[in-house]
Amino acid sequence: MRTNVEQVKLLDRFSTNNKSLTGTLYLTATHLLFIDTQQKETWILHHHIASVEKLALTTSGCPLVIQCKNFRIVHFIVPRERDCHDIYNSLLQLSKQGKYEDLYAFSYNPKQNDSERLKGWQVIDLAKEYARMGVPNEKWKLSDANREYKVCETYPRELYVPKSAILPMIMGSSNFRSKGRLPVLSYCRQGTEAAICRCSQPLSGFSARCLEDEKLLKAISTANSGNHYMYVVDTRPKLNAMANRAAGKGYENEDNYSNIRFQFVGIENIHVMRSSLQKLLEVNGNKGLSVNDFYSGLESSGWLRHIKAVLDAAIFLAKAIVVENASVLVHCSDGWDRTSQVCSLGSLLLDSYYRTLKGFMVLIEKDWISFGHKFSERCGHLDGDPKEVSPVFTQFLECVWHLTEQFPQAFEFNEAFLLQIHEHVHSCQFGNFLGNCQKEREELKLKEKTYSLWPFLLDDKQKYLNPLYNSKSESLTVLEPNTVSFNFKFWRNMYHQFDRTLHPRQSVLNIIMNMNEQNKQLEEDIKDLESKITQCKNGILTKDLLHPHPESPALKTSLCLKEQSLLPVNDTLRAIEGSNPADNRYCDFPEEFSKSEPAVVSLEYGVARMTC
Amino acid sequence: MEFAELIKTPRVDNVVLHRPFYPAVEGTLCLTGHHLILSSRQDNMEELWLLHSNIDAIDKRFVGSLGTIIIKCKDFRIIQLDIPGMEECLNIASSIEALSTLDSVTLMYPFFYRPMFEVIEDGWHSFLPEQEFELYSSATSEWRLSYVNKEFAVCPSYPPTVIVPKSIDDEALRKVAAFRHGGRFPVLSYYHKKNGMVIMRSGQPLTGTNGRRCKEDEKLINATLRAGKRGYLIDTRSLNVAQQARAKGGGFEQEAHYPQWRRIHKSIERYHVLQESLIKLVDACNEQTHNMDRWLGKLEASNWLTHIKEILTTACLAAQCIDREGASVLIHGTEGTDSTLQVTSLAQIILEPRSRTIRGFEALIEREWLQAGHPFQQRCAQSAYCNSKQKWEAPVFLLFLDCVWQILRQFPCSFEFNEHFLIMLFEHAYASQFGTFLGNNESERCKLKLQQKTMSLWSWVNRPSELSKFTNPLFEANNLVIWPSVAPQSLQLWEGIFLRWSRSSKYLDEAYEEMVNIIEYNKELQAKVNILRRQLAELETDDGLRESP
Repeated sequence: MRTNVEQVKLLDRFSTNNKSLTGTLYLTATHLLFIDTQQKETWILHHHIASVEKLALTTSGCPLVIQCKNFRIVHFIVPRERDCHDIYNSLLQLSKQGKYEDLYAFSYNPKQNDSERLKGWQVIDLAKEYARMGVPNEKWKLSDANREYKVCETYPRELYVPKSAILPMIMGSSNFRSKGRLPVLSYCRQGTEAAICRCSQPLSGFSARCLEDEKLLKAISTANSGNHYMYVVDTRPKLNAMANRAAGKGYENEDNYSNIRFQFVGIENIHVMRSSLQKLLEVNGNKGLSVNDFYSGLESSGWLRHIKAVLDAAIFLAKAIVVENASVLVHCSDGWDRTSQVCSLGSLLLDSYYRTLKGFMVLIEKDWISFGHKFSERCGHLDGDPKEVSPVFTQFLECVWHLTEQFPQAFEFNEAFLLQIHEHVHSCQFGNFLGNCQKEREELKLKEKTYSLWPFLLDDKQKYLNPLYNSKSESLTVLEPNTVSFNFKFWRNMYHQFDRTLHPRQSVLNIIMNMNEQNKQLEEDIKDLESKITQCKNGILTKDLLHPHPESPALKTSLCLKEQSLLPVNDTLRAIEGSNPADNRYCDFPEEFSKSEPAVVSLEYGVARMTC
Repeated sequence: MEFAELIKTPRVDNVVLHRPFYPAVEGTLCLTGHHLILSSRQDNMEELWLLHSNIDAIDKRFVGSLGTIIIKCKDFRIIQLDIPGMEECLNIASSIEALSTLDSVTLMYPFFYRPMFEVIEDGWHSFLPEQEFELYSSATSEWRLSYVNKEFAVCPSYPPTVIVPKSIDDEALRKVAAFRHGGRFPVLSYYHKKNGMVIMRSGQPLTGTNGRRCKEDEKLINATLRAGKRGYLIDTRSLNVAQQARAKGGGFEQEAHYPQWRRIHKSIERYHVLQESLIKLVDACNEQTHNMDRWLGKLEASNWLTHIKEILTTACLAAQCIDREGASVLIHGTEGTDSTLQVTSLAQIILEPRSRTIRGFEALIEREWLQAGHPFQQRCAQSAYCNSKQKWEAPVFLLFLDCVWQILRQFPCSFEFNEHFLIMLFEHAYASQFGTFLGNNESERCKLKLQQKTMSLWSWVNRPSELSKFTNPLFEANNLVIWPSVAPQSLQLWEGIFLRWSRSSKYLDEAYEEMVNIIEYNKELQAKVNILRRQLAELETDDGLRESP
């Protein structure tokens, strides 16, 4: 296998005058690395590579296009076709692993000992989270039915069910639900008894019923004394749900269940979402894209329509709980994609805790990881069925981003946090998102062999804090987003995060973040200076502070501050990648946003077109 | 004429007002010569003061004897008045119609407005061409002030004073004026101090179908070139449109006669195409019930952002010629009063740090729009709701402001002013108590005696109490050329203008406040640290003095 090729060109995909950088391409065990003549490094993790394409030979060499799962697209020109072929083959192998043990997480070593690693895994404790919700209580109990994964393999061991749910009820309902995913508690709102529960579709076919399932729903309904009815929300389009009946699955018949209100919310399935994103990316990749092509592409991709549908469903949940004080049971087909989206977003709207840094991690652990969202299949961690890949989690992050845009002060974290999580959902660098359910993760012994992402994010907290966050605002306890279509925008910082020329050259967020940091430092300085002055006045100055140095150390720090006013929050960025400088997108940020960078012109019609 | 004749019913009780973001309120409606006023008598917060000249269109309808008037404003706001009594309602409606479409400029509010503030600096004298020229004269001696248009005889849409190449005398200018559309001979628009390159603007050359030429014209524009240098002619029309213009006596510069110039055609839309675009966009933004596909479809169909992209692209091109290619540029379209000015002024925003300050931006609007003869009165006579569709109405200035907003968004720290400043200028261009945007050119303004009879917008804006609202807290002088991205992914709908009345900006405003607080707090801390530092240094020297023998 070749490990380096020289004289490779890296093209800028949005420049029309075919600007390029020349440099050397290196292949390491984990990364593809390009170092240009200015010694600027571009790191691409093999696991991030979604596809590699070799284009037809040109006069300048053999073009190689690499598309990444974090939406980076790089276009290399390799002078010799044989080299290109070698790299192509190597990348194909390296980017598609056959088994979990070959993923980066199993070799990644951030130089921590076993107890540090274990502590890292204990940062998020779901039992504590249910306790925070006040569960178990007189209405809800912890069931040990799934302790050995005997009821449902894709659920966590700990299931919270209504107190009156006895084992036969649980077993019976589980048998009546797709993949055994019976109705269990996802979120319980403190101060009321209204709850969000989740499950998969019932195996009702055209007429089948299950008394235990009906009883379990009744038990969920009666666990909320605030309202006599509950909603059953099927997140699928009605047509899809009906088609499922022919396969012996389907949806609840309102006549068979007492006091349920059944509702479809019409979110499309994983296949529709996958092709929607594909279309979106295709359109946006075009050079010299016109405004009309961009908007008609945005429209025909349906992407924002899907995002709106997911958010609307979450709002339905939140309203049912807040306005009607009614519990909601959510399902889709298997209850691990759309159900995860809607339950987690609904909780996020209701509970400001989930809008904190830590709370958001808890939310992901609870509604996504523990309830068996199939991260490895949906993200294509291993070489598998491409039809299982779908941007379901990306959509969730995008919905959260839209909320942060509407409520800039409601979230403790900033956009960089969402982008970083997205990065690592695909990076396979940490164990959290490997595997498809808890059982599989335990079998892989992830907690012993890999590291958890969360402590690393918490260590870097400063980078992810929203400087405008207002934790005390009362109008921001329950979020009521406005989902009129014009509120939805294309998330440029996600889908073009590496296309630096498309972004604002100055970032207000970064400036305010730095200023916040600086303010803290200044407050310290003031305290320091004040105590020095008091000391001075009291005449208890030590000699060496006086002469022969008229400046005090504190003085020097404050003098330096002016120049530091844009102190890079990015210094510590690399910590998360351990010893690897890695392909961390944030390395690009300081340059991207620094104001003194007029050199990058993104004119699509510039001098190149002057001949017309 | 007395306004009283137009006001059939000056006052109606029990009128209910509906407007965006506020609960309906009942009160007394009063009509005055220039305002529509509603007072609820509960507290003064609930009052509506609307300039008749801000009214773009009204609709009326009746349910029984309850009449409803829907008022659509030029700033895109829509308000509704429920008026009991059919006669009262009809009277009010017809009065509003008459008062909002007064024929005579001298009846407009600016001629009646008596300012309640102290004038610190008279805005009518804030931006004189002579002062502007002085800024250049230290750097170059190749240009001179010409008073050839003193009586507005050579070019009715130019100001009395223009900057032209020193080597060209007034006699030649008169000849060139005869060869250019509307007498708009090439004049200096911008001098790039960094390399001495210039932007000039003019009207189209009147070549006609038989290829007329004018030696003085060729001499004039060649006089701006350095030896051996080439320049660029940017025609804001497509080649096709420019060719068609020849049939009407217009045209473009022939290569053979201008061998040192390279011509580039861009296509920036004009007139009704822009007006249609605005109407469609505002219509799309006012509808809350559109599903996503319909919204995106309507946004696309409005073509508004396409126009933004075209204008910005052309401005970038001009700026690039100047700064990157080191070549001078002459810009014109047909009349040279619309797309030409969009391009010349935006190129200056990109190139010239001064034009990104409040004062500099005001000077830019004064120089490149008002004195340069953009026909504000015609273009801004109506806005997005009017059905009359006069050929001369077009949101040319709003497109310019939108382009500035796009650049401001991409360089949020490089502008001394904020978004509110741009919104304020948009409002005053369409309806104002100030005389600044009245008339179509300096000649008309002179005849109207605006300086004597009305107040300048700048007199009001440039007072510290107003300026503080329009100042960008993030501003840090940036002396560089700023190149915006014109990719569709980088352009955005200007929500502050187009969604202003369609959705509440409460949370965004609060976040902005918080940002300002952080910045203010930072300044406060810095100041405090400085004081303490000085204090400590003093104490230390005192001690030092005491201890030293």
